Amino acid sequence: MVSSSAAVAGHDDHHHNPHLAHHFEDLQQQRESHALGMWLFLAQEFMFFGGMFGAYTIYRYFYPVGWMAGSQQLNVTIGAANTVVLLCSSFTMAMAVRAAQLGSKKGVIQQILLTMFFGSVFLVVKYFEYYEKFEHGLMPFSTLGLEFTNVVKEVPGAQLFFSFYFGMTGMHALHMVIGFGLFVWVIIHTLQGKVTPEKHSVVENMGLYWHFVDIVWIFLFPLLYLLGLNGEPVIGVHH
Amino acid sequence: MSSDGTLNYLNVTHGLKSWLLTLDHKRIGILYLIGVSMFFAVGGLFALLLRVELLTPEPWFIESDTYNKFFTLHGVVMTFFFLIPSIPAIFGNFLVPIMIGAKDMAFPKLNLFSWYVYMVGGFLGVGAIALGGVDTGWTFYTPYSSGYASSQVILAASAAFVAGFSSILTGLNFIVTIHKMRAPGMTWFRMPLFVWGHYATALIMILGTPVIAVTLLLLMLERGLGIGIFDPKLGGDPILFQHLFWFYSHPAVYIMLLPGMGVISEIISCFSRKPIFGYNFIAFSSLAIAILGFLVWGHHMFTSGQSVYTGVVFSLLTMAVAVPSAIKVFNWTATMFKGSVSFSAPMLYALGFIALFLVGGLTGVFLATLGLDIHVHDTYFVVAHFHFVMVGATVSAYLGALHFWWPKMTGRMYPQTPARVSALLTLFGFVLAFLPQFVLGYLGMPRRYHTYPDEFQLLHVFSTAGASVLGVGFLIPAIYLVWSLFFGKLAPANPWFAKGLEWDIQSPPTTFNFEETPIVKEEPYAYDGPLPDNSEEVLKAGENYGV
Ligand SMILES: [Cu+2]
Repeated sequence: MVSSSAAVAGHDDHHHNPHLAHHFEDLQQQRESHALGMWLFLAQEFMFFGGMFGAYTIYRYFYPVGWMAGSQQLNVTIGAANTVVLLCSSFTMAMAVRAAQLGSKKGVIQQILLTMFFGSVFLVVKYFEYYEKFEHGLMPFSTLGLEFTNVVKEVPGAQLFFSFYFGMTGMHALHMVIGFGLFVWVIIHTLQGKVTPEKHSVVENMGLYWHFVDIVWIFLFPLLYLLGLNGEPVIGVHH
Repeated sequence: MSSDGTLNYLNVTHGLKSWLLTLDHKRIGILYLIGVSMFFAVGGLFALLLRVELLTPEPWFIESDTYNKFFTLHGVVMTFFFLIPSIPAIFGNFLVPIMIGAKDMAFPKLNLFSWYVYMVGGFLGVGAIALGGVDTGWTFYTPYSSGYASSQVILAASAAFVAGFSSILTGLNFIVTIHKMRAPGMTWFRMPLFVWGHYATALIMILGTPVIAVTLLLLMLERGLGIGIFDPKLGGDPILFQHLFWFYSHPAVYIMLLPGMGVISEIISCFSRKPIFGYNFIAFSSLAIAILGFLVWGHHMFTSGQSVYTGVVFSLLTMAVAVPSAIKVFNWTATMFKGSVSFSAPMLYALGFIALFLVGGLTGVFLATLGLDIHVHDTYFVVAHFHFVMVGATVSAYLGALHFWWPKMTGRMYPQTPARVSALLTLFGFVLAFLPQFVLGYLGMPRRYHTYPDEFQLLHVFSTAGASVLGVGFLIPAIYLVWSLFFGKLAPANPWFAKGLEWDIQSPPTTFNFEETPIVKEEPYAYDGPLPDNSEEVLKAGENYGV
C-alpha cells in the first residue's frame, strides 16, 4: 500500500472551515456520519423498546382477558388528548429543524421552546393519570408499600398489565425527560452560533430523537388504551 | 516512550489530564487496555480461588455461600468487563481507523465517553463485590435473582447494564467509521478482515445489547419496586427472562469471538507469507455468524420446558453456525498450506486459537444435539465447551493481537523467547484445565456445585493444576511486556514485514495517524513469498536484552 511519511504529530491545518472537525475530510462526510450515527442509535432504541413490546405481546397472548380488563381501567379520552399534544410537539420539532435549515437562530429556539412546552403538558397530564391510578389502587409497587388492591386484581393477568403499563409509559416518559436535557443543550449550542444552514446535524438529530419518542407513544396508545374498547367490559370499569 | 526524538501519539502531550481528556482513538485504546487488564486480573483471581477450593470433594477454605459469590463474580467480571470489551475496545479502537486510512473514529468524544461509561460500570461491579457480592450466577436467572437472593443483585445487574451502553456506543462508532471514513481506494473488499470482523461485531453490539439492557432493567424494577414481570406468583413467566437474556447473551459469544477471528486472519496471513485464502468467504462468514447468532438462543432452554418442535428448530439453527465457523478454519488452514510459515509468538497464539476453537466449536455441535444436551445440560461439559470458545479461543486471539501489534502500539519490541514459551504454556495449561472438565461433565458433575463425589477428585486436581499453569502463562507476558516498555528495543515501523496501512506508518503512530490521507491502490494481504533476507535480524531484535 502507500506509505505516508507522518513525522509531525501536530494538527494538520489544511482545513479552514471552523465547522469541520479535524478528522473529517469535508462537511458532507461529517454530516453523513452524524446522520448515520443517529439512525444507528435509534436502531438500538428500537431493540430496547422491542424487548418490552415483545414481552408485552407474549403476556397479552397468555392473558387476553386480564389485558382487556387492565386496559379498560385506563382513560381513553385523556390518552387521546395527550396523543394530540405529543403530535403537536412533533410538529414544532419539525419546524425547529426547518428553521435550522434556513439558518434562523431565533426560529430554532422558539420552536424548541414550544416543543418543550407541549412535552411538559404531556408529562403533567401523565402525572395526573398516574395519580388517579394510585387513588384506584392500581399501582403494583409492593416493595414501595403501594399494593395493587383494585378489584380488577381478581382477573388473572390484570396486575401484570399494570406492571407493563407503568414500565412502558415510565420508560417513555424517561426518554422525554432525557430529551428535555438534550433540548437545553441544543439551545445553548444554537445561542453560541454553532447551528448554521451548512451544519445543523445537532438540530436534525434532536428531531430524529424526538420523533422516535413520539412514535413509541403512537404504538403505546393503541396497545395500552384502545385495546379495552375492543370487547365487553370485564370488571370494575371506571369510565 | 519513544526515545529517538520523533513525535508520536504517546509523547505529543504529557500528564494525566492529557490522557483522561484525550480524544485520540489510540490513547483511548490504551485506556481500555489498562481497564480491561485490571478486570481480567480480578476475574482471574476469582477463577483461581474457585479452582483451589475445588481441589477437595468437601469444602475446605470457603463456605458454600462464598463459593456461589465467587463463581458469579468470576462470570460477571470476565464476561461483561473482559471478554466483551477486550479485543474491540482495545485493538478495534486502536486499529480500525488506521486500517481504513482514517485519522480517527467518526465520533472521538463519544469514544472517550464510552470508556468512562465502561469504567463506571466496572466500579459498580467492584462496588457489588465490596458490599458483599452477588450469588445468582452471571446469568441472573429469575425468580431467584428477583425475589429470593439476598445479595447485591441490583448493583451487579446495573454494572452489566451500564457496561452494555459502552459496548453499544463503541459498536455505533465502528459502523459509522467503517461506512464513512474509508480512505480513497479503500473499497469494502480491500478492507482487512480484522475490520470485517469488527463490522459484524458492531452489528451485534447495536442490535443485541439493548435487549439485555431492557431485560436487566425489568429485573431491577421487579426486584426494586416489586412489580411482577417474571414473577410466577403474579402470573409472570421466569422462562421469558431466559429467552430475553439469551437473545443477547448467545450473540454476545460472537462479540467475543468475531474480533478474535479477525485477528487470526491478520496473523495467519502475515506469518504464512501468503495472501489470505478465500477472502470473500471469510468476510461473509463473519456476517453470517452475526446473523445466525441471533436465531439460536433457544438452545439454552432445551431442558426448561420449551416445546420439542421449538427445540428442533433451535437445534438445527445452532448446528448451522458450524458452517461459517468451519469455513473460517478451512480458509486459515488453506492459507498456511504451502506458505512459508514461521513461528513467532503471535503465530503461536493464532495456532493455539485454531486448535482450541476447533474443540470448542465441535463440542458446541454436541450440545446443539437435543438428545445429548439432555444428558450434559448444566454440567461441566458445558463449562468446558464455553471455556474453550470464550477463554481458549478468545484469550488466545487477545494475546495474539497484543503480541502482534504491541510494537506498533508502544514502539517497543518484547523478547521473543519468553513470549513463545508463554504461548505454549497457556495452550498446555488451558488444555490441562479444561479437557478433564469434558470428562467430568460427561460423567455427571453438575456446574456450579461446591462439593462432589470422591471419584471426581483426580480430574478436579488435574483441572486445578492446568489452571495454575494457565495463570503462570498469563503472568509471564505481563512481566516482559511491561519490561519492554522501558528496556525493549525500539520497534521499526514494520517488524513483521506485514501488509496493511498500520504497518506503513511509524511505530508508534502520530496523533492523526497519516500526515496525508493515503490512497489505497493495492489488494489486501498482498504477500509475495518468503521473508526478506535480513528478516531474522529484525525479528530477533527483541531477543537482544542489551539496550
Ligand atoms: Cu448459546
